[in-house]
Amino acid sequence: MGPVLAGFLQLLALIGALALAYVPLGNYMAKVFSADKHWRVEMWVYRGIGADPDAKMRWPAYLRGVLAFSAVGVLFLYLLQRIQGVLPGSFGFSSIEPAQAFNTAASFVTNTNWQSYYGEQAMGHIVQTAGLAVQNFVSAAVGIAVAVALVRGFARSRTGELGNFWADLVRGTIRILLPGAAIAAIVLVACGAIQNFSGIHEVGQFMGGSQQWNGGAVASQEAIKEFGTNGGGYFNANSAHPFENPTPFTNLFEIFLLLVIPFALTRTFGVMVGSVKQGYAILAAMCTIWLGFVVLMMWTEFAHHGPALQAAGGAMEGKEVRFGVGSSSIFAVSTTLTSTGAVDSFHSSFTGLGGGITMLGMMLGEIAPGGTGSGLYGMLIMAVIAVFIAGLMVGRTPEYLGKKIGSREMKLAAIYILITPALVLVFTAISMALPTPPHSMLNSGAHGFSEVLYAFTSAANNNGSAFAGLNANTDWFNTMTGSAMLLGRFLPMVFVLALAGSLAEQKPVPVTAGTLRTDKPLYAGLLVGTIVVITGLTYFPALALGPLAEGLA
Amino acid sequence: MNNSVMNTTRLLWAGLRALLVLTLVTGVIYPLVITGIAQGLFHDKANGSEIKSDGKVVGSSLIGQSYNLPLKKGQETPEPDLKWFQGRPANGLGSNSVNTRYKLLLSGATNLSADSKDLIQQVKDAKAAVIKDNSVPGWTVRPSEVPADAVTSSGSGLDPNISPAYAEIQAHRVATENGLPVARVEKLVKDHTQGRTLGFMGEPRVNVLELNIALKDLVANRS
Repeated sequence: MGPVLAGFLQLLALIGALALAYVPLGNYMAKVFSADKHWRVEMWVYRGIGADPDAKMRWPAYLRGVLAFSAVGVLFLYLLQRIQGVLPGSFGFSSIEPAQAFNTAASFVTNTNWQSYYGEQAMGHIVQTAGLAVQNFVSAAVGIAVAVALVRGFARSRTGELGNFWADLVRGTIRILLPGAAIAAIVLVACGAIQNFSGIHEVGQFMGGSQQWNGGAVASQEAIKEFGTNGGGYFNANSAHPFENPTPFTNLFEIFLLLVIPFALTRTFGVMVGSVKQGYAILAAMCTIWLGFVVLMMWTEFAHHGPALQAAGGAMEGKEVRFGVGSSSIFAVSTTLTSTGAVDSFHSSFTGLGGGITMLGMMLGEIAPGGTGSGLYGMLIMAVIAVFIAGLMVGRTPEYLGKKIGSREMKLAAIYILITPALVLVFTAISMALPTPPHSMLNSGAHGFSEVLYAFTSAANNNGSAFAGLNANTDWFNTMTGSAMLLGRFLPMVFVLALAGSLAEQKPVPVTAGTLRTDKPLYAGLLVGTIVVITGLTYFPALALGPLAEGLA
Repeated sequence: MNNSVMNTTRLLWAGLRALLVLTLVTGVIYPLVITGIAQGLFHDKANGSEIKSDGKVVGSSLIGQSYNLPLKKGQETPEPDLKWFQGRPANGLGSNSVNTRYKLLLSGATNLSADSKDLIQQVKDAKAAVIKDNSVPGWTVRPSEVPADAVTSSGSGLDPNISPAYAEIQAHRVATENGLPVARVEKLVKDHTQGRTLGFMGEPRVNVLELNIALKDLVANRS
């Protein structure tokens, strides 16, 4: 069997596994967010928080919960890093400098997991497990909560109530993320991922002398890093490190983990709005983009254009032998089309076009299938825009799921899609125009520009992967990418929740013969077209200066 | 006091309490329970899959090593010890610069782009070295026989594996250096070649450390 065929068989196996999980996980999540009863352990948690989980929240209250919880999260994680030097179990590592600590705190709270530090020489046990890994859970749960609030906005009428943020946060963490991560962590350990609390220790070598490794609770963090589409590696090499991702099976398993919630949430959406077909249409649009990107990526990586890769005879630079080109390509596309940003191979050394595909994946807004929660709400905003465009064509007031898309709804949706591109392009332009920031580039020319563009695309879209040649640990990049992450995460959430509130207040419009059917393939096609056109128009000039120039050179 | 300040304070206080409770659940209980289960059921794997030779730990089967001669005076980069199978280049591997109390392995890739002059040079140099090192009297390695993994750095810099093709072109050299019949070394490579998992996952590979341990035993038992 050749590597290309093996690559496609792995893709088929992955699709099969995702298809098997789709209905049960999607239904389960719908039940979690619709159930009246609280688990006893959850009641203890609510008592600890001092919140009433049954209080109904309108959108401003829901948003205040999200912002307060996240603000405290940033501050707590910042302080934890600043006092690392005196914490036990820190391997003797010193405290993290302010700019980097801010960047890292913003990064993990926003589900970005951009890392301007080397995991194995910066973070000790407590910061990793009680700081970073906790945000892996709760930032994912916050994303799911906001998505569920938007779905409730579509599902409910004549009320402004979107549910209870604390209940959604706690249920998402305890009923969905925690059990899933626990099972996944055990599977990873069984395959060779490490899980211990030893310090830095010396291990003998074959030729004499010794290597030094740090121990760590790696498997438990790796599991939630993928399952919550976070992406921040325990080690610098992220999921390329054999202790994080030891075998070809774990590689496929990790891709499965990072895709399963975002895809299954379309089922949750369908169940909650009372028509699973509506979920299928959204799923179809996501799958079309994801599959198209995977095939394109495999083609360009197997063809290995680019002088260095031609000289080597294959695109193996930055890739591991056990994964090979096929499996690495699937990982790269899946991590950048979700908000994960974990890497099992280094995107900077991909072919010019391959690197461009990873960047384009993020520029689409990470909606195919996107991050946990953020993928669904991003896609639903696009769905609103697609019905609006269709409405313009036939001259009818657009409707989606029985709700009128009026001027207020369209303004909110339009501002949502403008925020991220504005952050990416403005921050990139400023960084290139100033005298010092470009010194951080490792490569020169088109690829150097791509490094900076990739950094802000990754930050503002809350992805976290990097063209890691860029030296991002400077005050400029730490501060600016940190700000891009916070703005790119929470500003859009404001408009998502405002939209949800406005939809929930409406009374439903009856379906008539003239209503655009949004559960049909035609609509899914329209949705894909809308996404491609909007992204294409926004980013084409920037892409032409970077990856396209490199790929066509 | 102002009402909205009061409300904000109360909200932030609730947020902090939520964070602390969830930190206890996901940041303390969860990792400890997983560690307990992992240490109980998969003790060796949870601690790094250490591997022994002659009763001594010689590394991890998951972490790549270098098989070099000791540095000679005035040398900056050590030469490979041609008696042993060689792993992949690791030009992206860093060394600890923050806390110099340790000589930690710092995983990483080169991140050089496909059109980078540095990378082209690295690949060309590596290819020339592979051809020179592995060509022995009566058997010459052709450039087209050198696989891509032999001349490129891995993503982690710690890749424990090489492709079977790279192991095979080293067999003649290893046999000559150790005074073994070529067929015997080729059989050793074959025995240590792992196929794709379930026939389709990942790529076929050879674990260099395990292969060298077996080679060492073979050399020791020869006489």
